[in-house]
Amino acid sequence: MADRDISDELQESIAQARDAGVSVAIAGSGSKEFLVHSDTETTQSRLLSVAEHTGVVAYRPAELVITARAGTPLRELAALLARANQMLPFEPPLFRGMGTLGGAIASGLAGSGRPWRGSVRDAVLGVVMINGLGQKLTFGGQVMKNVAGYDVSRLQVGAFGTLGVLLEISIRVIPKPASEMTLKLELDCLESLSKMREWARKPLPITASCYHDNMLYVRLSGAETAVLAGASETGGEIAGDLNWWDKLNDHDLPFFKEPGSLLRQMSPPAQELVNDACVLEWSGAKRWFYGDESEYHGTGTKLFGAGFAQVAVSSPAADPVRGDVQRRIKQAFDPDNVLNPELLRANEAA
Amino acid sequence: MSRKLVRRLLQRTLPRHCLITDPVALKPYETDGLTAIRQPPWLVALPETESQVAAVLRICREHAVPVVPRGAGTGLSGGARPVEGGVVVGLSRLNKILEVDLDNCVACLQPGVRNLAISEAVAEHGLYYAPDPSSQIACSIGGNVAENSGGVHCLKYGLTVHNVVGLKVLMMTGEVLHLGGRGQELDGYDLLALMCGSEGMLGVVTEVWVKLLPVPPVKKVLLAAFAQVSAAAAAVSEIITAGLIPAGLEMMDRLAIQAAEAYVHAGYPLDAQAILLCELDGVAQEVEADAALVERLLRDLGAIDVQIADDPQAQARLWLGRKAAFPAVGRLAPDYYCMDGTIPRYRLAEVLQQIESLSVEYKLRVANVFHAGDGNLHPLILYDADIPGELEKAEAMGGRILELCVAAGGTITGEHGVGVEKLDQMCVQFNSDELEQFERLKAAFDPAGIANPGKAIPTLTRCAEIGGMHVHNGKLPFRNLERF
Repeated sequence: MADRDISDELQESIAQARDAGVSVAIAGSGSKEFLVHSDTETTQSRLLSVAEHTGVVAYRPAELVITARAGTPLRELAALLARANQMLPFEPPLFRGMGTLGGAIASGLAGSGRPWRGSVRDAVLGVVMINGLGQKLTFGGQVMKNVAGYDVSRLQVGAFGTLGVLLEISIRVIPKPASEMTLKLELDCLESLSKMREWARKPLPITASCYHDNMLYVRLSGAETAVLAGASETGGEIAGDLNWWDKLNDHDLPFFKEPGSLLRQMSPPAQELVNDACVLEWSGAKRWFYGDESEYHGTGTKLFGAGFAQVAVSSPAADPVRGDVQRRIKQAFDPDNVLNPELLRANEAA
Repeated sequence: MSRKLVRRLLQRTLPRHCLITDPVALKPYETDGLTAIRQPPWLVALPETESQVAAVLRICREHAVPVVPRGAGTGLSGGARPVEGGVVVGLSRLNKILEVDLDNCVACLQPGVRNLAISEAVAEHGLYYAPDPSSQIACSIGGNVAENSGGVHCLKYGLTVHNVVGLKVLMMTGEVLHLGGRGQELDGYDLLALMCGSEGMLGVVTEVWVKLLPVPPVKKVLLAAFAQVSAAAAAVSEIITAGLIPAGLEMMDRLAIQAAEAYVHAGYPLDAQAILLCELDGVAQEVEADAALVERLLRDLGAIDVQIADDPQAQARLWLGRKAAFPAVGRLAPDYYCMDGTIPRYRLAEVLQQIESLSVEYKLRVANVFHAGDGNLHPLILYDADIPGELEKAEAMGGRILELCVAAGGTITGEHGVGVEKLDQMCVQFNSDELEQFERLKAAFDPAGIANPGKAIPTLTRCAEIGGMHVHNGKLPFRNLERF
């Protein structure tokens, strides 16, 4: 794995941009560009690539913690962890195999295990970052429990680089389960949702569930005996495709390649379905379907890939208080709007 | 600000029994669980409704009066210590469980609901709330959010931040912030995570949504005794390297074992230098497989005794000594001072050895009872406050222990918070750019700086003073408790 520390150059670039009164557009591998729609050609932002800032800074498997630079490819990180029989708990999408650790943290997208193994921010223990003033700052740490100061590390998750350029991230990792099995049950959308909710209240070794195309998929993980016992309770037949969950997380299933506007609904998991031509994940809490966003007003449904700014601030359903607080936080970290300003500006009305 | 006016406004706003002004009745509010640090409060408001909370905050905002939010007062870092001329806003009377949503496995609580009361309320449905700080019988969920409280089961189930899914926050600006709720993900900045552990400095929480989990059907507790502390520390790493995440993994050293044994007779081996308690939970087959593996590891690593408890009674007996450890240690000396540093696990043996050296240097005994699985140490420094200078010596030694934790790659507080207790050590852990970033972040929520001022984040002046003395004396002095 490439091991290269360019934090001084990155710090210098931000200081220069700030002095010159221009902004920077932070980029990693570019795998999630479709999520932010940052177009450097039209916004006059300078491209700030962290893709070369790579390598593992510290990793002791017995600590269950890995610290790596932001540009480190997720694929390489996963391979290193796998050698010690460990994994990232939040199963980030790789999107065409390209994603970096920094991008996974900045976007905050978690894979199918999220309700059981935690979200991206749940796993973040500490960061080293550069704020909009060009200061290199360290928050959190490499230990499981740390309540010294405000939780600025977790605040970076899902902030799409608007508060700082991530340099290093410390992540809690988990052991890979001793065995794993994916089962499929032939059920329709409604039946699947009620089955998911029934399972959620039982102590079963489930680590993922998904409804797709008249089939409910469920993943069981743990000691072999526990997985077998779980399987006898959930029922279903063994699904052949070993990479099914990766394909789901990476949007490699045919469903995600259909034409039209892909909508994502984050909803209370037991809430009634608003569209049954859907994919259900996270025990019912994450739903995908196609349609016109405006028809689903007030249901937590957003266009996937609409960009951070639209999602967080400008959408009609967005809470104005939260919008104001977010702008004040942006101001606290990046008063001159140097970092990814197309996504959120500190001093602009919604 | 006119004190008289503010007092009159509060009297007009709150029912008579919701405002304490009498010096005798104010006495219990001088301190929280960190009893060595006291400050008489000016006024204590005990609102019974959210609108009363909002009204009190509005009066305080309009007259620039500091607000000190307080839950059950069990905090261990002085976070709820009153501020000179400020109003303590106690939230213990907002103690209703507003909703239990079984379909979505969440509950909505007022901040004064006791931690244990949540699990009790949903037990009949086979559900529970996972974080269990040792004070869970008394501490309240609002305080848990403020401190991001942990407990003995954090390794597997996480801290408060991992188990809270929504908040309603009354901000000092008068704004009301709604975060999350029944669903699982928020767009935009993760303000929910930011609120957890913010020590009442960003706003006052009036509603908390928590995640409810199915009660694990099977539990097993193993107790292993070791002739060396280093062997016990190695066992902690081996268990985790083997791919196991125990629900709890606790360690006690010789002094703690002896104190506990003398107090509750749990049957702990008195010849041990250290014991480990390992709790496994989950589905039956998983627990069986894991327990067999843990037992084999413990024996291979030289445990001189391994006991396994399968039934709740035997488990309760093994836990008894651990759960009674603090009061048991309390019988060894008139006073003890509980520390809360966290270190990487691989440095456990080394840091415990260094603490032992400090114990010799300061001539103060130290008992260690702690969350070994998380690397979260709780050294208990024994002292006698009646001996002049001994409290200051204990505090100085505590400060040195926290600095050891930082030097070992850890942190000054794992779960008790900074409060007023660890302000000086914050200067060791963070530099001035980082502290200023914290200040700007606070100002985004509380521009007037009236929410729990003087807690958690030290001023740069304070750090500069310590830094100056640091150079002069070659070591950090103990903190000056009466600085504000």
